[in-house]
Amino acid sequence: MLSIKNLSVSVDGKSILDGLTLEIPTGEVHAVMGPNGAGKSTLSYALVGRPGYEAASGSVTLDGQDLLAMAPDERAAKGVFLSFQYPTEIPGVPALTFIRAALNAQHRARGEGEISAPDFLRLVRAKATALKIDFDMLKRGLNVGFSGGEKKRMEILQMAVLSPRLAILDETDSGLDIDALRIVADGVNAMRGPGRSMLIITHYQRLLDHIRPDRVHVLAAGRIAASGGPQLAHDLEREGYDRYAPRTLEPAA
Amino acid sequence: MSLARAIETGDLAELPSRRQEDWRWTDLFGLVRDLPPFSPANDAPLAPGPFAALASEQISVVNGHGQTRLVIPAGERHVVALRFVAAADAGAHVARFGVDVGDGAHLVLLESYEGEGDYLAEADLKIVLARASSLERIVITKDSGAAVSVSEAQVVLGAGATLGQTVLAAGAKRQRIETRVSHPGAGAAVRLDGLYLLAGKRHADITTVVTHGGVDGVTDQLVKGVVADQSRGVFQGRIVVAEGADKTDARMGHHALILSDRAEVDAKPELEIYADDVICAHGNTVGALDEEALFYARQRGIPDQEARAMLTKAFLDEVVDRIEHAGAREAARAWVVEHLEAAS
Repeated sequence: MLSIKNLSVSVDGKSILDGLTLEIPTGEVHAVMGPNGAGKSTLSYALVGRPGYEAASGSVTLDGQDLLAMAPDERAAKGVFLSFQYPTEIPGVPALTFIRAALNAQHRARGEGEISAPDFLRLVRAKATALKIDFDMLKRGLNVGFSGGEKKRMEILQMAVLSPRLAILDETDSGLDIDALRIVADGVNAMRGPGRSMLIITHYQRLLDHIRPDRVHVLAAGRIAASGGPQLAHDLEREGYDRYAPRTLEPAA
Repeated sequence: MSLARAIETGDLAELPSRRQEDWRWTDLFGLVRDLPPFSPANDAPLAPGPFAALASEQISVVNGHGQTRLVIPAGERHVVALRFVAAADAGAHVARFGVDVGDGAHLVLLESYEGEGDYLAEADLKIVLARASSLERIVITKDSGAAVSVSEAQVVLGAGATLGQTVLAAGAKRQRIETRVSHPGAGAAVRLDGLYLLAGKRHADITTVVTHGGVDGVTDQLVKGVVADQSRGVFQGRIVVAEGADKTDARMGHHALILSDRAEVDAKPELEIYADDVICAHGNTVGALDEEALFYARQRGIPDQEARAMLTKAFLDEVVDRIEHAGAREAARAWVVEHLEAAS
């Protein structure tokens, strides 16, 4: 499904990703772990087309289509979703209004019909209940005044409603207490299935106790330094990242 | 000096110029080279105005001619549309209009400035609110892009009176909506909001002066603007708290979005405080759309233009939401949507 080949990305003139290659087959959940500053967030931003994170070389395809040639909203319509590490506040746009606009825009881009208001509300209500999100929160400005945990749950709600082909979760466990972590993990696990792939980006192994990945990769010095099964996450937790690229340890970007 | 005096005397030297501090961003002297003839009376039937469906009574002042006074008797409640229209044959004209709201009466005044062609027009309003009366004044402008249009309202509040005002300015060649409020304190409350939404080479100037003369008065002001293309928005807000006007609570906010490199916003928020025991605050920001929010929306699949329109509308909605009269609020929302399309 997702194929990244020799991807290099520089941010503000500094090389962050340097020939990264990664394949995620359809239906699989892969975790990318790495120390702060290894380029984890840069990878997620490059995949979704954030301005300033353009690829200098290499290729990224989703189901064989060139993702790098697409605008961010075109990538979203192809099914690429990013759960942001720091979700943005959007004052004045209620969450319900925002999510419906997003869903309908994706439907339009794919040549599908728009969803009716009653169907949309039914869908959102069901997903919100599962994530223990108070429905009244969806009538407030998106993420405005929400706690860190509420923002992360709102990301997973959007993921559940938009039902992407490829979900990228960037440090989704940060800012979550243990109960919220379980709710979010249950929400993510409910979406695992044969037609959907996931890329979980995390510094700690904690989240991977709840969302068990098929493969674990170590990102160091801008490329994949090692890959393995779920056990690799536990090894990393015990041994740290030093053996992969001791000189790349830097303060977080 | 005023546009009205220049029109009435035929003396261009009476035009407000940049040499006057209050007019430095809306210079008419440098703009108007000769005065067109006086506008003729015009009795031709008018197309329905922007508030036609909302008002029980409609007053039309066409080319400066028409009714000059509106009196709301004590205790009564009315919704009145007041239209200042420059017809196709308009040249230069001045309209004067008086509004009296009696004791305890309530008026929703739905005021519009409409016109086509390159006219010069000034409307001077004197509005008096008696004790414990209330006025919600909504001003929508639909002036021509070739027009010079000035509105000056003097509002005098009685004790315990309430004024809620929202100006929606789409600009003209030069457009100025000025409101001067004499605030007695004494439990009276003023909301003095505005929006400007400008495209092309349009210019809008929202100028307000509130003078708190006594204790226990509230003024709450929120003005927001969006400028695109080569347009120019001007906000001048002054709140004066006179000596002895203690317990005044005055807040002023002005926030503008600039959507183009060639658009401009000039803002001068001023608080002049001569009393000791007051709560006064003001905030002023001018900037571009939040790129983070824009990218977030695009990541969710919302195309660039749609995302920009959504964020811009949300920015302006905060002002529209403060309108109390439900029908006027929806008319304002429709006005915003219509002008957003022109600006994007």
